[in-house]
Amino acid sequence: LNAYLTLTEERAMAQAKEADRELAREGRVPRELKPLFGIPMAVKDNLVMEGVRTTAASKMLENYIPPYTATAVERLEKAGAITLGKTNLDEFAMGGSNENSAFGPVKHPLFSDRVSGGSSGGSAAAVRAKLCQFSLGSDTGGSIRLPASFTGVVGFKPTYGRVSRYGLIAFASSLDQVGPFAETVEDVAQIFEVMSGFDAKDGTTARLKKENYSQALKAPFDFKSLKIGVPQEYFVEGLSADVEKSVREALEFFKAQGAELVPISLPHSPYCIAVYYIVAVCEASTNLERFDGVRFGERPASALQAQSLDDFYKKVRAGFGDEVKRRIILGTFALSSGYSEAYYTRACQVRRLIKNDFTEAFKKVDVIMGPVAPSTAFKLGEKSSNPLEMYLNDLYAIPANLAGLPAISVPCGVDSQKLPIGLHIIGDAFSESKLLSVAHAFQKGRVH
Amino acid sequence: MQTVMMCQALESPNPHPCNLLTCALYCDLSSASHSLFLKESQSSSSVVADNGLEYEAVIGIETHVQLGTATKAFCSCPSQYGAEPNAHVCPVCMGLPGALPVLNDKVVEYGVKLALALHSEIALTSKFDRKQYFYPDLPKGYQISQYDVPIASKGFIDVDLPVEFGGGHRCFGITRVHMEEDAGKLVHAGGERLSGSSSSQVDLNRAGVPLLEVVSEPEMRTGLEAAEYAAELQRLVRYLGISNGNMQEGSMRCDVNVSVRPKGRPQFGTKVEIKNMNSFSAMQRAIDFEIDRQVTLENEGLGHQIKQETRLWEEGSQRTISMRSKEGLADYRYFPEPDLPEVTLTQDYVDATQAMLPELPNAKRRRYESLGLSMQDVLVLANDSDVAAFFDEVIGKGTDVKQAANWIMGDLSAWLKNEKLAITETKLTPAALAELIDLIKDGTISGKIGKEILPELLQNGVSAREAIEAKGLSQISDAAVIESMVDAIIAENPKQVAAYRGGKTKLQGFFVGQVMKVSGGRVNPALLNKILLSKLNC
Repeated sequence: LNAYLTLTEERAMAQAKEADRELAREGRVPRELKPLFGIPMAVKDNLVMEGVRTTAASKMLENYIPPYTATAVERLEKAGAITLGKTNLDEFAMGGSNENSAFGPVKHPLFSDRVSGGSSGGSAAAVRAKLCQFSLGSDTGGSIRLPASFTGVVGFKPTYGRVSRYGLIAFASSLDQVGPFAETVEDVAQIFEVMSGFDAKDGTTARLKKENYSQALKAPFDFKSLKIGVPQEYFVEGLSADVEKSVREALEFFKAQGAELVPISLPHSPYCIAVYYIVAVCEASTNLERFDGVRFGERPASALQAQSLDDFYKKVRAGFGDEVKRRIILGTFALSSGYSEAYYTRACQVRRLIKNDFTEAFKKVDVIMGPVAPSTAFKLGEKSSNPLEMYLNDLYAIPANLAGLPAISVPCGVDSQKLPIGLHIIGDAFSESKLLSVAHAFQKGRVH
Repeated sequence: MQTVMMCQALESPNPHPCNLLTCALYCDLSSASHSLFLKESQSSSSVVADNGLEYEAVIGIETHVQLGTATKAFCSCPSQYGAEPNAHVCPVCMGLPGALPVLNDKVVEYGVKLALALHSEIALTSKFDRKQYFYPDLPKGYQISQYDVPIASKGFIDVDLPVEFGGGHRCFGITRVHMEEDAGKLVHAGGERLSGSSSSQVDLNRAGVPLLEVVSEPEMRTGLEAAEYAAELQRLVRYLGISNGNMQEGSMRCDVNVSVRPKGRPQFGTKVEIKNMNSFSAMQRAIDFEIDRQVTLENEGLGHQIKQETRLWEEGSQRTISMRSKEGLADYRYFPEPDLPEVTLTQDYVDATQAMLPELPNAKRRRYESLGLSMQDVLVLANDSDVAAFFDEVIGKGTDVKQAANWIMGDLSAWLKNEKLAITETKLTPAALAELIDLIKDGTISGKIGKEILPELLQNGVSAREAIEAKGLSQISDAAVIESMVDAIIAENPKQVAAYRGGKTKLQGFFVGQVMKVSGGRVNPALLNKILLSKLNC
């Protein structure tokens, strides 16, 4: 499958042995202090872990060993989770199919000639193939939800600011969020509960009270009071017929239970991809400037013979993959003098309009539903020749990142070729309790 | 000759918010139509070239002040000078993947303090930006700085020029103050600069240390004015306790922009940046050299040879040399820092900070002037806030102002210099000095005795009275006692008496010396002379 890049066998065994000792000592599982006691997890390889090779699927970091651990991972390990290894991804989280990894693509767990989706392809595949109980991914433009939809697992992106980004190798600082993959929404809620919360080391985390998400799921769900927004802009040409059918069936399920389907409009939807591919690449181009081969990272032999500082930098940074280079060049251009106003500033302004669309919509509805991706898992190599085609895949997922909203992909069916389809549910900012309740009610209520 | 005039700040189209009190004497205004008013004895602000044209220099200064916070700007590494290389680093200031900056609020506090001391407008909302370029001492590949919304702008600074250079007041505009982080340091093996060395090493201890950048309006006209501006800025940051402002250590760095233009022409000439000046005097010499260089070129019709470039001041050869051409302006691709929220201040916070500011150097100088001290004395006393505080305490006890000033600037200062101590490090209390001065004034001891016992007070912290008693040094002012001493000396030295009465009046000093020797220097000199003369001249 190529889901894992690094296995942390020693660490896992040590953690497991320690857990055994603790179990023997306590006589029972210390669930209050360690709600994830003994549960095996996989971590996307763009989250740093002290002493563990972290590559971001790039040749630049092929042998990089970080001296510290990401907050999200630290919290999970403290809660008892055992790390089995680091999973494969698109290089620096840039991609939608996990074909941009410097260490080979991730294959779909059910269909080995297809992609798992990206950029958190490895994390999604690992859960689907039961190579771990849950995994961590990151979502900047759909990188958790898309692979979740493709592989048929639950993938959740929290509100921007809910989970610390300290230790997440930055792609786009104002869009990135860390989130979990699992088979059930219940598991996702529990993992999220442990990971989330203010972190003094990340200035963008929200200072909000801790919430008990698993508790929220236990309450019986009141479908009758649920208002679901269905954006008219989402059901258009380009959306695969099977996907549309499956999503509409899901909506019908809710309706049958008493929920109200409310047609809404998100008028700035057509601009989402353009805005994303300016904002994200601009932020990415600056975030990746630190990869200069001076303090860490690979220095190819050619760089060691460089004739000048400039030459050194050029030779070191030639180690980036094509997609990463593409985005760095785009971002640098869009921020350069004379263009910055027209591209970056403008994109930020339109981003606000996109966010306003949602603010308006959430005055009328509780959640917004639609497809996660316009298609199901495509074949390896099918979309690699045209990057733009690949970008269009992110159409439905991107708006939630731009608006900083929480969103989840829950399996809702399969297409004619038995490829999984995910239902996309978007909630209002910081409304994870409600969002997870809706997702959980759907998963519990629907039997496949 | 131009005369002294009231500040035209309020009448000019671009009112310059000068301190009216200061400007009552001399004021340099920002608009080009106003030229400088100087005291007659002072060196001119304009240079008359051989071609007869009068040129004036336009000088602007960018100062980076390293803040004395305990930790760095965006992480909790200690911000310390002189540690082992790379001893104070962490993932954040090293720019490791995944690390994020978090703002140290002391940096904001210090920024507001300096902004207020510079009478500037504080932006209640400001933000950080990334300034991007590649260099090995810049770990993230960008510097976190403030670009278009700095924390403060539109201020001014009051400067008093040293008396020995003609004195005078100046008021220079401050364009902006902003917060940013410092870069690391490169150590070059085999050379002083990157080019010409076999290898370079990177020390990131300094990376992430907080800086305040202060940009002045281009209103200085001479090297002296520029140096004094920098000195005043140093005085300010020390008074405020936000930095030790040490140029040698690098906690204060000044880059200067110099251009010349024919006097009266509103357009600026080509601007040359000068770096690498490690002291105020170096700044002054570098600028004067550069002005001379540029005017000479203009004079010879070679003005086009003045390129917009960066030049380094070479202390050894006392000249500026070309470093590299500024190929236009570098494109730093400024971009708002997404990892840091906006900096929001409340007016209450600003007001509270203002209320907590100490008396600033300029206010102190004006107060000392009003006490009747000479400008020379004012400048010395107000230069160091510890010295000024000491002085204030002494005169607070009612002591004679001039005496207090003299003792502090004279004997006390000399002793401190000799022992290499600061005024706060001696055992002498302001009260003890006040007492000493009063004892001299009321005649209990002579000034000479006072000087003798001062070291006791400084080293052992005894009071003047205690020292006098211990050494039995009280002044002899009893006329009868003095008379008998004088009689004895006269009796013992008939030859000298005869010589004196014969016309050698200079021998008076001999008799004074003898009496002093016998009395251990304790005789009241004025009384002694009176009695001696009356006895000798009878």
